[in-house]
Amino acid sequence: MITPAPDRAVVVGASAGAVQALSRLLPVLPRDYPLPVLVVVHVPPQRRNVLAELFAAKCRLAVREPDDKEPIAPGTILFAPPDYHMLVEADRTVSLSVEGPVQFSRPSIDVLFESAADAYGTGLTAAVLTGANHDGAEGLRAVAEAGGTALVEDPASAAYPVMPLAALALVPSAETLPLEALARRLLDAGG
Amino acid sequence: MEEEKIEDIEIRLLLEALYRRYHYDFRGYAQASLKRRLRQARDQLGLATFSALQDRMLRDPGTVTRLLGFLTVQVSELFRDPAYFRAIREKVVPHLRTYPSLKIWIAGCSTGEELYSLVILFREEGLEERTLFYATDINQDALDAAARGIYPLDRIRTFTENHQLSGGKSSLSDYYSTAYGHAAFDKSLRERVVFSDHSLVTDAVFAEMHMISCRNVMIYFDRALQDRAVGLFRDSLARKGFLGLGTRESLRFSQHADAFTDFAREEKIYQRRDP
Repeated sequence: MITPAPDRAVVVGASAGAVQALSRLLPVLPRDYPLPVLVVVHVPPQRRNVLAELFAAKCRLAVREPDDKEPIAPGTILFAPPDYHMLVEADRTVSLSVEGPVQFSRPSIDVLFESAADAYGTGLTAAVLTGANHDGAEGLRAVAEAGGTALVEDPASAAYPVMPLAALALVPSAETLPLEALARRLLDAGG
Repeated sequence: MEEEKIEDIEIRLLLEALYRRYHYDFRGYAQASLKRRLRQARDQLGLATFSALQDRMLRDPGTVTRLLGFLTVQVSELFRDPAYFRAIREKVVPHLRTYPSLKIWIAGCSTGEELYSLVILFREEGLEERTLFYATDINQDALDAAARGIYPLDRIRTFTENHQLSGGKSSLSDYYSTAYGHAAFDKSLRERVVFSDHSLVTDAVFAEMHMISCRNVMIYFDRALQDRAVGLFRDSLARKGFLGLGTRESLRFSQHADAFTDFAREEKIYQRRDP
């Protein structure tokens, strides 16, 4: 029996190079991983997204795009639906929004991270991965200010270092890790 | 018990003040995005705290108008999610054809994109003349914009693509004229439309509807408020009437789920069960 851990969660943001990076991260998580994992990837606002299907085939955890007000279950990977912001409510449900783009993006990493920082506080682990824009930096700062764990993919090995560098510029105290070490940190966060 | 954050206390008080002074009720809105939009409003108005925003808002109605802009205005597209409109055209319209007269409610119409999409679709399907459209919102500025039907020209390309993907039977350019970088939709599209101030939070049933379209409006409500709105829709619908929601909305989590059946599951179109 898995002990649910509703007071802790993982959030991940990635942009250019996201599929390769997440492919080295999410499949590492074991079937009994006790935390929910919420992921924002910048994708064009096409009506259907294949990311959830792609990663459902690769991962041992359940993977899907949530509907509005869906409860956040432990051991589930939730991808923000294309063209919606994905936020976390205090009661651990997802809410979606079609407010304007933030950092030119909808979904935006900042929006997810800031709401998750409010909801989970010190129980949150947040990771900014590869990308060619500045989304996620403000969000990571909110995570750090709320006492959560701030992780950044090492810009030296990231496919696109701009987004990790922007996050580090705002949150110099964030841990900088290559993907393999980052995966281990996510495993530890669930331990 | 965890100590309530100062910001959360301030937001609760601000919403209470907004309701008591101006009767706009955001107290049952989903907190996460509401908080985000309130922060934007506070920063844009150059104020340091929500308490300062409350003080300004209580004494200055102009600030309330600006605040409402942050809290409510949604920019949408004509025929956003073409599959939804295609399902209406192909699956719902055949049912609607059997009625001699129709009432359609666009609840939370914002600046009118969903309204014009439906009116054009109904005209294409030959149903417009027997239909009365109710377009409602709580934001008067948005209603005014909906009644003008003027959109920046740079959005027309997306609108046109969406319209074609939705199974459009005419050219979208038949319905608007252009000037000064804008497209103005023809006033004949508004002849069968009633624009009205109506709140899903505080107002009641006002007519019996054959179809209600309410897309990406209830995502800003918390669960209790969603239940209220869905209950209002249930009570407003004729038997076998239709309720259309946004692509990522669901009645699964609603206490009124049993009052509806899935009609077009993927497109989030529900049908009222027999009471």
